[in-house]
Amino acid sequence: MSGITGPAVRTDRLRVERGGSTVLHDLDLAVPSGAITGLLGPSGCGKTTLLRAIVGVQVVAAGTVTVLGRPAGSPELRRHVAYVTQAPSVYGDLTVLENLRYFARIVDVGEEDVIRAVDQVGLADAAGRLAGRLSGGQRARVSLASALLGRPDLLVLDEPTVGLDPVLRQELWTTFHELADGGTTLLVSSHVMDEAARCDGLLLMRDGRLLAAGTPPELLGRTGADDIEGAFLSLVTPRREVLS
Amino acid sequence: MSARITLATAARVLRQLRRDPRTLALLLLVPILLVTLLDWVFAGRPEVFDRIGVPLVGIFPLVSMFLVSSIAMLRERTSGTLERLLTLPLAKLDLLLGYGLAFALVAVVQASLVTGVAVGLLGLDVGGSLLLVVLFAVGNAVLGMSLGLFASAFAASEFQAVQFMPALLLPQILLCGLIAPRDAMARGLELLSAALPMTYAFDALSRLSVGDEDAGRLLLDGGVLVGVTLAALGLGAATLRRRTA
Repeated sequence: MSGITGPAVRTDRLRVERGGSTVLHDLDLAVPSGAITGLLGPSGCGKTTLLRAIVGVQVVAAGTVTVLGRPAGSPELRRHVAYVTQAPSVYGDLTVLENLRYFARIVDVGEEDVIRAVDQVGLADAAGRLAGRLSGGQRARVSLASALLGRPDLLVLDEPTVGLDPVLRQELWTTFHELADGGTTLLVSSHVMDEAARCDGLLLMRDGRLLAAGTPPELLGRTGADDIEGAFLSLVTPRREVLS
Repeated sequence: MSARITLATAARVLRQLRRDPRTLALLLLVPILLVTLLDWVFAGRPEVFDRIGVPLVGIFPLVSMFLVSSIAMLRERTSGTLERLLTLPLAKLDLLLGYGLAFALVAVVQASLVTGVAVGLLGLDVGGSLLLVVLFAVGNAVLGMSLGLFASAFAASEFQAVQFMPALLLPQILLCGLIAPRDAMARGLELLSAALPMTYAFDALSRLSVGDEDAGRLLLDGGVLVGVTLAALGLGAATLRRRTA
């Protein structure tokens, strides 16, 4: 889907309700194209629900979600949007390569893309091992590699770096930046505020509402905080600085 | 729908089965052991073994395929892979037909083995065509698979899924004519049994056991089995939701 200008994702008064309570409250936000946007907020604030709505797998109560110029969940988007869930969704009884080859058949790409994806997530050494025998972090990377196969225009990643050691985290962020430099839009959720500095733009969420949006320097400047965690806290409790 | 994706899915399901040799062994051996047990139970009355042996050769695979396929689909659901697949350019029927194809291949091996052992080693006397017996046994197994895939949509856990087997299959076994002739049942039960697919499987196999190859009747039985199989796959596809709450 080339030729898309403007944001890759836009939500307009997006509301999601689950079990009688409102999980997302009339969210308006935009995710710019070709950049890494971090979606930050404490656990349970609705990050995963928002990501699911963007991918088009979430039942939405009201509002619209537009992805690459089309309504979220449109069949045409399935070739252009890839989603990596928080829990690795791969077949434990298949090897890394067997998993990737199966998903590659579905998105109709060849063996060279399988090899590239394995390399991108640093799993070349484990390619022949059963996914179920890998560590949690390795399995998460198999899941990520599966999403990279079809060279998606929008990559939606739910907490992709949980449980990874600092070296691997660094490597994955390098990969994310390479993808963004190549024109891919990335939307990455995290509850670890120190990952914020690695993003081009940030969306701060709390209790199903958008607290703030902007680049890391903008958010720091606006709040006068030293880091994003401090910015988040001052947005949540504006008088905190006075008290401390 | 895409042949490429359906075939890739079938190959993937078979590869997963191969990684689980115990399940594969149970799938292939349990029907054989059951039919052997049946032979012993009726050791003094070979005419009974001949009468119910052929239908049971077709019903045992139906039961095991039902269980295996419902758990397999449930796993796909709980592991998150189903959600991933539904975000990809894959038609729901690609997935179900992929499963169908893979389990049908297993069913061919399973039904051939159990028929081979029953006839070759246990001396089961089949009046009609052996090929037709195998064909109906495979058809039954595929029917069991499609019912299992459909039933798994209503199960949130393995505990629930395994109980759909007695809930959905045991009444059919009781009513299909195996335990008591259908025309001796209360009228209501007879009518109910006419609406259950296993009745037609039993009818075809029991006819074949005595050499009654009435083509019209066998075509009707076969047609009902194929129709119910396709309907269950279609309903199964309808229960796969790309969007969930």
